[in-house]
Amino acid sequence: MVEGSYKRGRFKEAIVESMPIVLGYFPIAMAFGLLSKNTALSLRDTSLLSAIVYAGASQFMALDLINAGVNSSSIILAIFLLNIRHIMMSASLSVEFKNIPKKFLPILGAGITDETFSVVSFNKDKINLVYVSTIFLLSYLSWNIGTIAGYLVGEILPASLQASLSIGLYAMFAALLFPEAKKSKNTLVLFFISGIVYAVIYYSKIFTAGWDIILAIIIASALAVLLFDNKEEESEN
Amino acid sequence: MKGYLPVIIGMALVTYLPRVIPLMVLKDRQLNDKVKKFLQYIPHTSLSVLIIRGILTSSQDMLLPTILGISSAAVAAYIKGDLLLSVFVGVLVSYLLLM
Repeated sequence: MVEGSYKRGRFKEAIVESMPIVLGYFPIAMAFGLLSKNTALSLRDTSLLSAIVYAGASQFMALDLINAGVNSSSIILAIFLLNIRHIMMSASLSVEFKNIPKKFLPILGAGITDETFSVVSFNKDKINLVYVSTIFLLSYLSWNIGTIAGYLVGEILPASLQASLSIGLYAMFAALLFPEAKKSKNTLVLFFISGIVYAVIYYSKIFTAGWDIILAIIIASALAVLLFDNKEEESEN
Repeated sequence: MKGYLPVIIGMALVTYLPRVIPLMVLKDRQLNDKVKKFLQYIPHTSLSVLIIRGILTSSQDMLLPTILGISSAAVAAYIKGDLLLSVFVGVLVSYLLLM
């Protein structure tokens, strides 16, 4: 782990590296705000969803379920299942957040999303309190301001732009992941292993909404330990 | 006008706890090497899973823009290594296909 970097700010780097998330979240949050308005939620409830739930896919799913008249406990269960993958991400970050004081973790943890997790995890050497909290905060602000903007003026966003920007977040996942292949061919092998594992689980249709994701992550990571452990001794830190 | 406050608070709890509990509980633990390795593979495997899931669950008319958007971003990132530029390339490609 990098000693000494804790004191040094990484504010600028954090701003630059959070940009794909900030720019990607805003229009998607707008789409959410607009949809929420069309689902007849109040502005208060809509902004509250983004402020205290702060989970993109879950919020869209919640609107779907509310619309379908599903009861409260089923909605909460569905959202829980969709989010259990964050258990793995949070566990993974616990290893990387070693030099961040524990008292900040209850707040930082709330900022873990697929996207913030990805950016932080693929910049392990930069992790310190300033770096992580800047990325988490800017992403959070973008999502929340976007939500309110969407509720108020969401109609101005053309559908094709919204759709392509939502692909942008997947593009970001790919842009974070594939340069790693230069360091280690295992990245590509692991990509295909994870893909095949997920596809098998997905098409088997035994596990649904959320279980499929977390199960695929666990199986693929365990396979990685079995396959690569002895070969690759150089540490990635 | 029905309020959704209780559902929203319930959702907030089941979203918050999975994000925070592992972080807090594992923070000061001395983990053995295998477990640590396992946790360090999670960024790779979870991103891979999310990418594949994005492709498998996309609707018919979004399928091609999704695949080409993702792969062009991957190629751009591999060549140039610039995150923002690569995402821009990916969005541009999928936007052109969706227009």
